[in-house]
Amino acid sequence: MSTLQRPAAPTRRSPVSWVRRGGLSTLLFMLPLLVIFGVFSWKPIVEAVVMSLQKTNLVSPAAFVGLDNYVRVLSDPQLGQAVLNTVYFALLALLFGYPVPLVVAVLMSEVKRMRGLYSALAYLPVVVPPVVAVLLWKVFYNADPNGPFNTVLSWVGIPPQPWLQSAASAMPSLVLEATWAGAGGTIIIYLAALTAVNPDLYDAAEIDGAGIWKKVRHVTLPQLRPVLLITFILQIIGTAQVFLEPFLFTNGGPANSTTTVLLLIYRYAFQNSLGGNYGAATALSVLLAVFLAGFSLLYFRLTRSWSSE
Amino acid sequence: MKSPSKAAAIVAVGLMSAGLLSACTADTASDDGKVKISVASLIPGTEQAAFDAFDARVAEFEEANPDIDVEPVEYEWKATTFTAQLAGGTLPDVFRIPLTDGRTLIANGQLADITSQVEALPYFDQFNPSVLETAQDDAGSVFGIPREAYAIGLHYNRQLFEEAGLDPDAPPTTWDEVRSAAKAIAEKTGQAGYMQMTQSNTGGWQTTAATVSRGGRMQEGQGADVTVTLDNEGTREALEFLKELRWTDNSMGSNFLYDWGTINQAFAAGQIGMYTSGSDIFTSLTRENNLDPAIYGLTAIPISDSPDAAILGGGTLNVVSAKATDEQKDAAVKWIDFYDVAKLVDEEAAVADAKILAEQDQAVGTPALPILDQETFDASREWIADYVNVPQDQVSYFAEGNEGRTIVGEPAAKTQELYAALDSVVQAVLTDENADIDALLARADADVQALVDAG
Repeated sequence: MSTLQRPAAPTRRSPVSWVRRGGLSTLLFMLPLLVIFGVFSWKPIVEAVVMSLQKTNLVSPAAFVGLDNYVRVLSDPQLGQAVLNTVYFALLALLFGYPVPLVVAVLMSEVKRMRGLYSALAYLPVVVPPVVAVLLWKVFYNADPNGPFNTVLSWVGIPPQPWLQSAASAMPSLVLEATWAGAGGTIIIYLAALTAVNPDLYDAAEIDGAGIWKKVRHVTLPQLRPVLLITFILQIIGTAQVFLEPFLFTNGGPANSTTTVLLLIYRYAFQNSLGGNYGAATALSVLLAVFLAGFSLLYFRLTRSWSSE
Repeated sequence: MKSPSKAAAIVAVGLMSAGLLSACTADTASDDGKVKISVASLIPGTEQAAFDAFDARVAEFEEANPDIDVEPVEYEWKATTFTAQLAGGTLPDVFRIPLTDGRTLIANGQLADITSQVEALPYFDQFNPSVLETAQDDAGSVFGIPREAYAIGLHYNRQLFEEAGLDPDAPPTTWDEVRSAAKAIAEKTGQAGYMQMTQSNTGGWQTTAATVSRGGRMQEGQGADVTVTLDNEGTREALEFLKELRWTDNSMGSNFLYDWGTINQAFAAGQIGMYTSGSDIFTSLTRENNLDPAIYGLTAIPISDSPDAAILGGGTLNVVSAKATDEQKDAAVKWIDFYDVAKLVDEEAAVADAKILAEQDQAVGTPALPILDQETFDASREWIADYVNVPQDQVSYFAEGNEGRTIVGEPAAKTQELYAALDSVVQAVLTDENADIDALLARADADVQALVDAG
């Protein structure tokens, strides 16, 4: 289809020549995509921006209130904590979630036997439905001394941990599960990227006397750099929108220690059974989207020279 | 769109959405000319026998009303999902809401006016006026029918009491006794002696119950003139009580994030010795959580010496979707009358209902408060005496303990937000040994007052 879209040499533009060169069929082929993308992606985005300027409960008619929703959201005492919690989650996720898949992928690429088995094992958590995984981990995280994780810890003499039941350990517990659940996908991406590394480079490095660490440091990492940059920004965007774990594990508790920005948005919309504050919810969503778009742009600008090296 | 499979997927999505859209079109009348109504049935996850009992009632109703087609829809009222269903228009035609939500939903135009249908009911004058009021607007029009009313009670596990060397036939009557019983249970059995709900606004709900029992109130004044009083002495005492149990006695176990459903689950599984909740949860405990009735005990919530000390009441209304046609409203009120109210006023209906429930091994005789006058309530209990299967000797302490006590309603202004603010206060007290109760309450108070003032 990409061949259909490519225009012929621009000599004379008339409707007839446009149709003759396949413009109409191009448009026809594109139409379903445009309609679907427009209706299911762009229309909701535009509607969300409009709704962020309205007071509505989606039943009675909406009224425009200007920037009131934005003022309300920005002056909410919970916003600060939600942002801090989200940043904390993102940092922890970077700390655990970013290097672990890379290390596993590099190790797996070194393994010669039963590679398929290891790949399958690494990818398995991704196949488990997220809700099932969270409920399963909720059982593991039982803070009772007889809970599964605490039992394992007791074998090595570590006292029972409160896991989700304490403001200090709740967030790291969520990140641990999120890393387990998400690592498989990233590992597969790294493995694919690793196969693209020219083996000659390793041979050359070996001849120069490089050990495994030097090979990773000077061959693997530079070769993976573009992929690493992309997975980094994807991870930041993903963690900024974290919802599933805090919602299902703790519902933002204990004492709001795991209330993230997205959970706050959800609460604006749905906490009050009498018709939520959809205006405030969309206003905060728009703010988050604008921030992430700005962050991505800045990130790509800063790393452009680096990734094209 | 580079691969054929992607194109196929998009076409499939398009077809599916077209299918969904066509499925969404309104369908108020069946092909055979019957009036069709969807009605809230039971909570998802309820055991099959209860659904069978429900279906039996539907069949009975349809036989008596051949022009009405009833479609049962599984339903559970939850603050979070309810809003989405309300906004998305996916609620059944007949559904249930808490008494506290009636007035606002009426003001928002989200409920159908069923005044003429309800006034035609023969027992209309018998409704407990303070309960019916929650379903009326200022002009007196009626938008709902009271379904059930309850008071908060103290539920306890008789088996854990015995294992801890306590007498299950002498349940605690003061908060001090609750504390020492909880300590004994925790020490002897290793389970949580006492626990309270903390999540999804239920933490605030139960803290309100504990506050009221100590003579405190969460709000003063009415209408536009409401003052939030979260930092009252009763709430402070209630939280200090939890703090003592949690950090001094260590008698509350090790899991502190519970909502209505999960605490029921934990209680039925024998992990909790005592907790407070609505007096009518026995039905749900046996239906959804497979509770062994032999271990169940219910007593009155302890109240302090304060002259304002009372028990918190609550309840649910049956309401009809604002989108219902006149025929559907008629059918809806007929259904509500048949399924929920007739059994309270008509001996034949009461016996028929109790018989079906008892045959399917469902709870009959759960402690509740009257939604009609007391006399009618007592009579209705007598009619079904033969079918009562809730062990009355195990729950009699509830009625005995509550004799002569005052029942107060839930806080009226911004109820769910108030409860939500208290959720995190309770969670902080239970998970942080150094939680500053005064500071937490002062902040929650200011936050909720700001919401009330904002209207």
